[in-house]
Amino acid sequence: MEIPQSTLNLIFISITFVVYIVIAVRSRAVSTKEYYVAGGGVSPLANGMATAADWMSAATFISMAGTVAISGFDASRFLMGWTGGFVLLTMLMVPFLRKFNKATVPDFIGDRYYSRTARALAVMCAIFICMTYIMGQMRGVGLVFSQLFGISITAGVISGAVIVLIYAGLGGMKGITYTQVAQYTVMAFSYTLPAIFIAMALTGNVIPQLGLIGNYTADGTAVPFFAKLNAINTELGFAEYTSGKLSTINMFCITAALMCGTAGLPHVIVRFFTVKDVKAVRKSACWTLGFIAVIYLTAPAIGAFSRVNLIEKLHESSYAEAPYWFKEFEKTEQMAWVDKNNDGCIQYFGPGKSEAGTYSVFQGKGPTYPDSSAPPEQLVGQHGQRLLANKADLSNPNELYFGNDIMVMANPYMAALPPWVIALLMAGCIAAALSTAAGLLLVLSTSISHDLMKKIIKPELTDKEEVNLARFASFVALAVAAYFGINPPSAFIAQTVAFAFGLAASSFFPTLLMGIFSTRVNRAGAIAGMTSGIVFTSGYIVYFQFLGAPESQYLFGITPEGIGSIGMLINFVVTFAVSSLTKPPPKHIAEMVAEIRTPSSKKTSINNFEI
Amino acid sequence: MKDKNPKSHWRASLGLTGILLALWFLLGFIAPILCRDWLDANFPTVGNAPFGFWMAQQGSIISFVIILILFAISMNRIDDKYGYSEED
Repeated sequence: MEIPQSTLNLIFISITFVVYIVIAVRSRAVSTKEYYVAGGGVSPLANGMATAADWMSAATFISMAGTVAISGFDASRFLMGWTGGFVLLTMLMVPFLRKFNKATVPDFIGDRYYSRTARALAVMCAIFICMTYIMGQMRGVGLVFSQLFGISITAGVISGAVIVLIYAGLGGMKGITYTQVAQYTVMAFSYTLPAIFIAMALTGNVIPQLGLIGNYTADGTAVPFFAKLNAINTELGFAEYTSGKLSTINMFCITAALMCGTAGLPHVIVRFFTVKDVKAVRKSACWTLGFIAVIYLTAPAIGAFSRVNLIEKLHESSYAEAPYWFKEFEKTEQMAWVDKNNDGCIQYFGPGKSEAGTYSVFQGKGPTYPDSSAPPEQLVGQHGQRLLANKADLSNPNELYFGNDIMVMANPYMAALPPWVIALLMAGCIAAALSTAAGLLLVLSTSISHDLMKKIIKPELTDKEEVNLARFASFVALAVAAYFGINPPSAFIAQTVAFAFGLAASSFFPTLLMGIFSTRVNRAGAIAGMTSGIVFTSGYIVYFQFLGAPESQYLFGITPEGIGSIGMLINFVVTFAVSSLTKPPPKHIAEMVAEIRTPSSKKTSINNFEI
Repeated sequence: MKDKNPKSHWRASLGLTGILLALWFLLGFIAPILCRDWLDANFPTVGNAPFGFWMAQQGSIISFVIILILFAISMNRIDDKYGYSEED
């Protein structure tokens, strides 16, 4: 008996949910120490997996390969930026912050710069960064749920929120760490398995990364794979796959901002507070990047393979004979076809094929559809295709629309893999969204209960009150995130990357770095530096992204995505300048810095963990 | 156990960090971004992929993992040498 795909999806996802919740309940946190840092005794390997799952969001999991497929070389900035940051993080940040032995990043900033203002600034940044990030995750969970179960996005967001709340709120860091280990396993399997099959089909090579640099063999003759891809691209009017459109200065600045931002993201830093000691931190960082690399090295292969596959399967084929999955994705609004020349065939062309230099299928940003109560001739076209409400963009001949996520989602279909692989992919997708949301939620609730309430507003809180407050804070934070997940401030969500990373790169990264590597920088310098970094970066982003200033005004031609690197330089310069003009920090700060620079002593033992 | 020597330990770890950061910059910025075109034209291809392009999409990521492994191993040696070895 054939089990329908939707039932299979449901079975797989339910199984994984049961696993996650059982793990969370079994390892739930009882003390603040367990709630914030899992008691400080997680093994480096487990923490590595958990951090990898935490790090890779739904967007990375679903859209990264699609971004590579569409922009070729230019997408390398994400591939390098989101892995290279871990080099900075491991060598310059986490060993010292772990040795410092407090629960959060604002703790370090507040103590190192002996200032409540600095701490408050850091808390605000942490909350803002995590909030922008988690909104996107909730939206992602909602979208996947709504597609899977045919419910509305609102219901999808709410059910996702309830699940995250159950195990993150209940389990604390300890609960989510062990859940994330399970989630990473699901993600890694579901991502690499389709890649292996598709690599075998297209290149005859079992390992996708080797197939990518090997030959394309699917049509009987062996051609270098990249030559094939470049030929397809140029033939259809796209730029060569291996050439880049972004200027070198932009590639450089964006990659640098993503890397430094990564090294300053509070929810990544605190992950390394969960292991035993400094030596374990370094080991755990190797595991983390290794696990992330498994996915990041596969993404370019998936992107390149799916692009070839998609074009070979759809371009110039008649709609009536188009593969069944194309119609499935039409239903879920991820693909669309507008028959501009009325020949009943699907054509896919790039900007080189039109005089206007465009290749948008329709007018407007995304596809919109007529209401289902509209007359049938507005819903279904003469070939049976789903019709759009958007007007066709007749300045170019391109007829095929697909979203970035299609390269991963349609992969198993294009490679004709068994339905359980598709179900596994769905489970992986949800695992990616949930693990990131849970990690962020934890930092958010800690920021509120620990950094804001305990350390600034109400120091007399007991340990138990603090954990309960953290649970309550995670509920409130999630409710806010879910609200914005349901009603996304559209321009905002799209700029999450620029904002979160730009802010982390221009505030946390330099301030933490100087706090560790210089004994001279002081309170006044740090506050002035952080403020100017934040104001410059967010000002630049808001000016260009939200107020719509023209691109011709870009500073040195740098896009808002890469401006975090300049903000970071400003922070460095201002901090040093102001510090050198004001009094050096008190003596006990110099002693504290000297103390965190050496890895071990009896004081780091977990029994003395200070909260 | 050897005597603890925080100053020499710090100097040695700064030295190591400096070298590895230089390597990180070479493999993460100079090769795949700044000198990419030159490498594509003048270096042997990796399989069938141009060198600079391969560095940007695969090589750099592999290098980052190797850099971290080198860091972990060498830092443990430095810790041992200056009396800061941690017991497992």
